[in-house]
Amino acid sequence: MLRLANPNRFMQWSGKLLPWCAIATVILLGVGTYMALFVAPPDYQQGESVRIMYIHVPSAMMSTFVYAVMAVSSAVALIWRHPVADIAARESAPLGAGFTLLCLVTGSLWGKPMWGAWWVWDARLTSELVLFFLYLGYIALVNAFDEPTRGARAGAILALVGVINLPIIKFSVDWWNTLHQPESIFRLGGPTIAPSMLWPLLIMVLGFAAFFVTLLLLRMRSALMAAKLRAIRLQQIEAA
Amino acid sequence: MDSLDHFLSMGGYARFVWPAYALAVIVLAGFAIEGVVTYRKNRRELDAVEKKRR
Repeated sequence: MLRLANPNRFMQWSGKLLPWCAIATVILLGVGTYMALFVAPPDYQQGESVRIMYIHVPSAMMSTFVYAVMAVSSAVALIWRHPVADIAARESAPLGAGFTLLCLVTGSLWGKPMWGAWWVWDARLTSELVLFFLYLGYIALVNAFDEPTRGARAGAILALVGVINLPIIKFSVDWWNTLHQPESIFRLGGPTIAPSMLWPLLIMVLGFAAFFVTLLLLRMRSALMAAKLRAIRLQQIEAA
Repeated sequence: MDSLDHFLSMGGYARFVWPAYALAVIVLAGFAIEGVVTYRKNRRELDAVEKKRR
């Protein structure tokens, strides 16, 4: 693992992997969107509005998954002082914030016709909003220091403290009375959602995940190149 | 044309369903375009600097 995380090694393997990830993303999101809009049936209670689910659920799952990636990277960066782990955490954050925003807005657009309200302060929605602010706080904190390594350490600690929010989001629908429906996919006894809806949903989830991996690799490569550029310029200034 | 109308109206939920898909396209395409533009810019600058050093 640590060998693959050497910056030069990372540039080598990520460069080879990136085009395949991009192709997988395009295919999965293309097929997934087609199935979500044309193949999946309308819900017997919710009608066509159920099609919002194919955006809402994948972005909700990615919002917490990306946070977990960010927290693990932060832990690795704190313990082993690894520069690539640090960059992984830093470059995950904007993507996670994007997924969380998408989850919140599509949830709102789904909530209005189904619950009669754009927003309610219940446990699931509130904890997801807290997640959004954790991402924004992390991004602000990491960029608040003149010295990048200090910003990275402060950010890593915030990311790890914020992990407490993940089980709260996951189990909020069981622990509190809420308008939000309970888990219907990853539950004991199997999914309660019909296969005709489950398949398009799973393909969309995989598409969102592939999109995240593609963009994370791309952004990490960008950040490593920028770091190298800074180092070379600094050398030139010192030599002059 | 009836089926197209039917599709676009989303059973009366058009004003909820289409903004959700539109925002998804904006967020994902935004990240993709910004990512590729920054990547190409950094690649170009790094290549130029490394060429000069040789």
